[in-house]
Formats: sequence, structure tokens, C-alpha cells
Amino acid sequence: MNIVVCIKQVPASSNVKVDPVTGVLIRDGIASKMNPYDLFALEAALSLREKAGGKVHVITMGPLPARQVLMEAIYMGADDGILISDRKFGGADVLATAYTLSSAIRSLETPEEPVDLILCGKQTTDGDTAQVGAEMAEYLDLPQYSNISSLTLSEENPKALSVVSTLGSDILSASIDLPCVLCTDQEINTPRLPSYLRKQASDPRMNELIRVLTLADFKDSDPAHYGLNGSATAVERIFPPDKNDEHVFLQGDPRESAQKLLDLLKARKIL
Amino acid sequence: MYHSMTSEDIALLREIIPADRVLTGDEILSDYFHDELSGTHSEPEALVFVLSTEETSRVMKFAYERNIPVTTRGAGTGLVGAAVAVHGGILLCTSRMNHILELDEDNLTVTVEPGVLLMELAAFTEEHGYLYPPDPGEKTATIGGNISTNAGGMRAVRYGVTRDYVRGLTVVLANGEVVELGGKIVKNSSGYSLLNLMIGSEGTLGIITQATLKLLPLPAVSISLLIPFRTMDEALDTVPFLVRSGTNPTAIEYMSTDVILYAQDYLSKKFPDTSHDAYLLLTYDGQSQEEAEKNYSEACRLAIEHGAADAYFVDTDERKKPVWSARGAFLEAIKASTDEMDECDVVVPRRKIADFIKYTHQVARELSLRIPSFGHAGDGNLHVYICRDGLEQSLWEEKLAAAFEKMYKKAGELGGQVSGEHGIGFAKRPYLRERLGEVQIGLMRRIKEAFDPKGLLNPDKIFTLSDED
Repeated sequence: MNIVVCIKQVPASSNVKVDPVTGVLIRDGIASKMNPYDLFALEAALSLREKAGGKVHVITMGPLPARQVLMEAIYMGADDGILISDRKFGGADVLATAYTLSSAIRSLETPEEPVDLILCGKQTTDGDTAQVGAEMAEYLDLPQYSNISSLTLSEENPKALSVVSTLGSDILSASIDLPCVLCTDQEINTPRLPSYLRKQASDPRMNELIRVLTLADFKDSDPAHYGLNGSATAVERIFPPDKNDEHVFLQGDPRESAQKLLDLLKARKIL
Repeated sequence: MYHSMTSEDIALLREIIPADRVLTGDEILSDYFHDELSGTHSEPEALVFVLSTEETSRVMKFAYERNIPVTTRGAGTGLVGAAVAVHGGILLCTSRMNHILELDEDNLTVTVEPGVLLMELAAFTEEHGYLYPPDPGEKTATIGGNISTNAGGMRAVRYGVTRDYVRGLTVVLANGEVVELGGKIVKNSSGYSLLNLMIGSEGTLGIITQATLKLLPLPAVSISLLIPFRTMDEALDTVPFLVRSGTNPTAIEYMSTDVILYAQDYLSKKFPDTSHDAYLLLTYDGQSQEEAEKNYSEACRLAIEHGAADAYFVDTDERKKPVWSARGAFLEAIKASTDEMDECDVVVPRRKIADFIKYTHQVARELSLRIPSFGHAGDGNLHVYICRDGLEQSLWEEKLAAAFEKMYKKAGELGGQVSGEHGIGFAKRPYLRERLGEVQIGLMRRIKEAFDPKGLLNPDKIFTLSDED
């Protein structure tokens, strides 16, 4: 099975501050790490490879230092990595990002080695939109499920997977034909850890293991379809939601408390 | 020997401490009759929640005048029965004295009340950019309890134990007098260290009502390594090389796959790797990524040179969580794997750990018992659990006693001690006496007498005042 896993570098701290004036994430001095949700997608891919054979390729979009996140995936067991890197991809919104990833995947495919499965984490911890996987599936014209909490080879059909998608209080069990796009949730597995021996073996081979794709390598190389130009939306402002830690505890007789609550809601013009 | 409390005593006690904080009879939850593990079980005549040094002093004056025994208790997470009121009397609970009083950034100290929980202190200090290094597995224990047992924990390899971080204590003595021991001072050559005598005295010499603790700057980077080995022998034989490698690990824990599997079942969460028989879990702290990386890379190289199958990086929060939550759940997981168990918390010289573990396997075979273990390979402190697994009562008691006898004897032969960090309490007294002998126990008794001439403070813990054991 030929599997592509989409991964992203995100700030390593969950406490990244947002500049209250410009609304931009203050990334200076903050180390990067692999988006935590992508770890589950990668583990799902590696487990599937163990059963079905094939290859696991990891793909990310970003400047040259983003190679590190691909190397980390290789330390975990991925076969190789693809870095999509071109200034023309800069400023992409989720739609343009999804299109860029889908174009890269189409450009990588050969008739001999078609892509059977594309795995993503269900969302990133910096953007939190959870839209790229689904939009990518649209561009690739592939079936897609999100929130995958279980993923196994189908017993009946060698060209299908059995999946479980956890949607709040509902659980959906389905069989999905390959090729397809699946976005994994954290319940699906415990990701394996990066290996020192694999690091030792792969670091000297970084240039061979990681292929860099630029716009020129794409089948659709029209710059109007990528980056800022290809984006349907623009972020006007990012801001942390107002925090309100105020609590009022009303204790004592329930009738009195109810009256106090009513007075309070009226006083604040909520009622 | 002790005065049994009358209704008049209770009424008087309720005059010096507000009545709603003095509980008796059915008002006392059965949780207060025991601790987390040992079979020690006893009901206090009164349970008193104190809120201050002054209140504690009043209770002690009251008890001293009437000859009522007083057992101090924090969160009750002990494992050897130290916080159980074996002679009844007053169980004095400090868990509501739970305020962090002062962070002194010039002297790098934090001053706390004894009922502050370890996890609360850790969160507070980390939020302010400092590290309180002692890191016992039980995060819901109180600082007072940690000091009273000289708790150790996983970071002892690099940073030492609770004793190394206590700068000053406020202590209420048996007669209610209050003394200040130590202070915000780094050096002290001023007479006997009563401060150090108090640390680890399990409530037998005085009641700790305030503690000033030493802090360190919070390391900027902390990364763990999970190192798989084919056998536990290979894993443990590697430890001395890691200790003397100059890489300065913060923690070196050992764990066998059977114990990891108990934790997996207990937490219903898969561990990242169970394909090998034994693992070492190391942590490296550093002020920069480069510093930590240099050290852990060298550790990886050394471990592989000594037979490790690989070394895995546990470098982000989401990677640390499944590994360390499993490590933190080992005790409860083993507990859940059997109907009853007892533990042995011996400490041996680091180089002898492998010998001791092999011996536990031998004892398990000889007595047909299951004896899983895990622990601090870096400091020689093991946690060995003897599981009942449905044995009939008298046979269980017989086998448990035989297993303890053999293991404590072996620890002694290897140059070890009865307890590395859990203390002696009520449950381990005979083994301490056996190990230390009459001269040392005699000295302890006379120290106890100097502090507590009426023998009221946590009586019959660590040792008995007479020769009964």
C-alpha cells in the first residue's frame, strides 16, 4: 500500500502568545514540533504498512527548516519525505493549502505507484480549522472520513478499509474504498517514538531521503492557484478569545438562591 | 498507658478548635482509619483539622496535659501505616493548612504550609520559572508528608531527595511549644541539626506546620529516553555506565514489560513500545536544547554499546504523557492486578540492583508468589510488590512474612537499607530493628524521649518505646 501522510510543524508550546495589536502568533524563540494529531495519522500509516506492505511517505509544506519535521517522521519509521517549498506558496489559506497538497500528491503519483491512501491528523494545534483534509479530498475527488478512531484492512475487500469515525455522541462504522483520504483522531492509537538508531542511519542521508518540490515540479504550475493569490479567504485578525474566569457561587436556600440568580441576571441585563 | 478521651475531653477540645473541625465517632470517614497500602487499621477517638501553627500548638498543649496520643496526617497517601492512629487518641490532620505563603526569588525559596500537595507546589513553582526538584510518584501527597518520610522520587539521581531541599521548618513540639528550625540560609554549622532530625521522623518528634523549601531555576529543556533491552540484566548492567558517564541524567527508572502491561490494562492506554522485555527510562534536563541533546545523545550511544536494542526519544508533551502516565500508574496498576499486596521499598547500592532483582525472582519461585517490581535504577531504590493472588489468609500471611524476611535480609547483605523513601511507619518496624540493631534503635529511642518525654507523638511508629517488636 502506497500511503502519504500529511504533517505540519506547529509551535512546541501550547502557550503561544498572540500579539494583541497585530493578532499574529508570536513565534520568535518558540521551538517547533510535529502537530500532535499528525502523530496518530503517521502511526496509523506505519501500522498499516506492517500488515499490508508498501511505503509511507510524509509530506509537508514550508520553508527549508521544515525538513526537520519530515526527518522526525523518518526517525519514527516513514520511508521518505517530500517538502513542498516555494515562495509562491506563501500566505496560503486552508483552501490554497489543500490545493497545494493535492497538486503535490498528484504530481508525485505514477501509473506504477498510485497513491492508495492519504492520512491527515484531524486538525492542527495552531490553526485548529480541521478543513484541509476534507478540502484536499475534494480537489483529489476522493472519498473522505474525519475523526477516525479505528482503521483496519477490510476482510472482505482488499481494496477497502474498515473505519470507525467518532462524531461526538455518534459512532459511524463504514467501509471505504481505496484510494481515499482519512483524518485520524487521537483515540486511534499510541504513536511510536522516534528512534535513535533510525536517526543515526537517516541523518547522513537527509538529501536523499527528502525530496523538495517547487511550483515548477507541479502539473498545475499556474502561480495564480497558489499562496496568497490562490486563497479564497484572508485572515483579518487573530485574537485570543476574552477570558472570563469570574464565578459567582450562590449557596443556601434554593428559593433564595434562585431569586438572587434572577436579580443578578436582571442587573446585568441578561434577562 | 494513654488517657482514653471522654465526652468531656471532646467538649473541651471543641472549645479550643471550632467544633465543626473536631469530628468523633461516625462523623469520621473510614478513610481516616488506614493509609494507601499497609494493613494497619485503627480508629482515632477524635479527628481534628487544624488551620494554623497556633491551633496545632493548642491541640498539643491540650493533649500533653491529658496524656492523649496525637498522630499527624496529611493526605493519607503513605504506604507503611505511619499516619494511622494505632493508639487511638487524636488524629491531627494538616491537609487544610494548604497555602503557599511566599515565593522569595532573592533567596530562591518557597514557604508553604504542610498541607500543600506536591502537584500544587510543582505547578506553582513551574509557573514562576522554578523547579522544586523532589518528585515522588504520588503527586497528591502533602509536602508535610514528604518531609516526614524524606520522600525521594525519580529525580533523586541528579537533584537528591526532600532532605536536600528543606531549608527551614516551623515545628510544634509535644508540649505545644513552637520552634523554628533552620531558616532561609544556605549554610549552617550551628549545633546539632534538629532540622535534619525532624526530616524523615514520621511525626514522632514534632508536628511540621510550615516549611521553607529550596528551589532551582526551571530547566528550559527536559527530554526523556525510553531505552529497550532484551533482558532486565542487560538493562541494569548498563546503569553504572550511565551514572558515571558525565551525562548527568535527572532520572534513571527501570521497568519490565509485565509491569508496563499491567499499567496498559489499568489505564486502557497503549504504551508506545512493549516489544522488548525490559526498559530504562532516563530524563535529561538542560538550560538549552544543545546541552540536553549532547548529553542524551551520549547516553543513547553508551546504552547501545552496552546492549540496548535502540533508544527512543520522549521529547514532547504528547510523547511524555503515555510514557510517564504509565510510569506514574505502576503502583495502582499492580494493586489492580491482584486482590491484596504488600510492598518492599528497599534501597541498595546502585551496583547491586540487578543482584537484588534476581533474588526477588528466586524468592518468587521458591515461595510460588508473583513479585513484580519497578523503581529507581539510578539511586538503588526498588519498589517490590508481593501479590496475594487469591491465596488463603493464613498461607498468604505465612508466605508474605517469609518473602519479607528473605528480601530484607538480602538487602542488608548487599549493604542496603529497609526503606529508600516510603518510611518505616508501623509496618516495617521489625525489619528496621533487625537491620539497625539495638544500639542504633536505642539512640533513636533516647532522641524520641528528649523530644517527646510522654511518648505522645505518633507512638509506636518507626520503633516501639519498649522492646516488644
